[in-house]
Amino acid sequence: MQPSLKIVIVDANPIRAAILEGGLREAGYVNVTRIEDRTGLLARIYAIDPDVILIDLENPSRDELEQMFQVSRAVKRPIAMFVDQSDTASIEASVDAGVSAYIVGNLQKERIKSILDLTISRFNAFARLQSELDRAKSALEERKVIDRAKGILMKAKNLTEEQAYALLRKTAMNENKKIAEVAQSVITAAELFK
Amino acid sequence: MRLRIGFIPLADATALLVAVDKGLAAAEGLDVELVREVSWSNIRDKLNIGLFDAAHLIAPVAIASSLGLGHIKVPIVAPFGLGVNGNAITVSPALYAAISEAADGDILDPMVTAKALARVVAQRKARGDDPLTFGMTFPFSTHNYHLRFWMAAGGVDPDEDVRLVVLPPPYMVESLQNKHVDGFCVGAPWNSVAVDLGIGRILHFVSEILSRAAEKLLAVRQRWADENPDVLIRLVRAHARAADFVENAANRDEVAALLAAPNRIGVETDVIRRTLDGRLKVSPDGAYRNDARYLLVGRAGAARPDPAQAAWLYAQMVRWGQAPLSREMLVAAKAVWRPDLYDAALGGTVAPAAGEPADGIGAFAGPAFDPNDIEAHLAAWNIKRVS
Repeated sequence: MQPSLKIVIVDANPIRAAILEGGLREAGYVNVTRIEDRTGLLARIYAIDPDVILIDLENPSRDELEQMFQVSRAVKRPIAMFVDQSDTASIEASVDAGVSAYIVGNLQKERIKSILDLTISRFNAFARLQSELDRAKSALEERKVIDRAKGILMKAKNLTEEQAYALLRKTAMNENKKIAEVAQSVITAAELFK
Repeated sequence: MRLRIGFIPLADATALLVAVDKGLAAAEGLDVELVREVSWSNIRDKLNIGLFDAAHLIAPVAIASSLGLGHIKVPIVAPFGLGVNGNAITVSPALYAAISEAADGDILDPMVTAKALARVVAQRKARGDDPLTFGMTFPFSTHNYHLRFWMAAGGVDPDEDVRLVVLPPPYMVESLQNKHVDGFCVGAPWNSVAVDLGIGRILHFVSEILSRAAEKLLAVRQRWADENPDVLIRLVRAHARAADFVENAANRDEVAALLAAPNRIGVETDVIRRTLDGRLKVSPDGAYRNDARYLLVGRAGAARPDPAQAAWLYAQMVRWGQAPLSREMLVAAKAVWRPDLYDAALGGTVAPAAGEPADGIGAFAGPAFDPNDIEAHLAAWNIKRVS
């Protein structure tokens, strides 16, 4: 492993960028720079003079990077896209994960492949974390809604907490709905009757 | 049939957005999921690898993909033109003043402004100032070629005398404001946004530079088109109905409101309305300029792909050193534009619209364009990168 390989991560999401940087460092790539701010992006990249650029696909600045492939005075050395004709599977995997890779100069294909595979797995891991977090958040919200509905039913119908929950669950089963949906209807109805 | 179609939030995605949101695609049995994207690179990649069935695509990228320029080669076909024209060149108030000062004649004349720009460039060089910087949207973009065509006609070398930089359209305005660029060429609604904020003046509608310039296409992979001929026909028909709906002035308020939605284009209804009407506020002091040709969505035969447009765009790629000059490439570029598929979908051929330029382009400078003689087009210019 040549430790001098320079990698730039262009990602507006600082958490994901940090996760990716951590992974790359673990794999022995110590020369990693994260760019979150898009101002003067190309100038910064030219100054860093990286071997590999990784950019998230939600980043509009991706089109700016494509300019580096053009014949221009500003280009210091030829820049080639990693994704040549034979690498359709790699393109699909990376686009699917939401990331794109560019290489500068003539790097060995195997070395790029390991960086790209690592990037894809970290992006996918981040996406999983994100969706777990979203699920946890919505579960918490649902729980709050159910608790409120239980309170309303306990008061209005003079039920115990268990009875109120059983009523919500039975209604949900009968109407083929989620308990949280029924609970929301109870809250809405209670608001209307106020 | 479920379809995923990618688009960039721009006014020339109108026919696509209306086809879906007004249920015209559904009426053809197509269940379309629209995916809003942030870069042409994403649109290109997702179309190429099949994550999208079709896309709102900037015209030169369809050629670049088909020829394998700058990226993986994936043959693309375009059976429907989503927009002709629609771009404008906007400059900072300071550059506008400098061009006005240097102008020898009517500032509405693009040759006058191009020559004035050459004088401004020379003055700056003499003073040792940094070169002027102009924003455009993509290396393979109409905006890149329109800016170059205009300034080179006045004697400005776009690679030597000024800097051209790629900027995503939503960043154009901010870049003009913080003086990272002195001007830009972009599609609607971004020119109007800059004018409304008081930080830019529209110098030219591109329709003043090229009377007829293909801008965006409904693009699909050649292979997908071959495998889904019936779906393609239905998709084109839905788009044609949408374009008719958009061009009916009575529907404009509804269309503008629909496009203004945050998940569509997401700008003020009024800005979109002005774009569709071709009545644009050009300066912060409130001056308006009208041009019925500002953006053509289906009108004047705009939806029927014209291979002459492909030839013109390929000629620009050759002129600026992005593509080699080759007969095979010219033929392949023209084959991306598929008027035959358009005709098949709409049942019959459409008579050419009256009053359109004889060469299909109507450029403000240079000889008439011959789509079969790129060499003649290139020979007409001194400033070029032909190797």
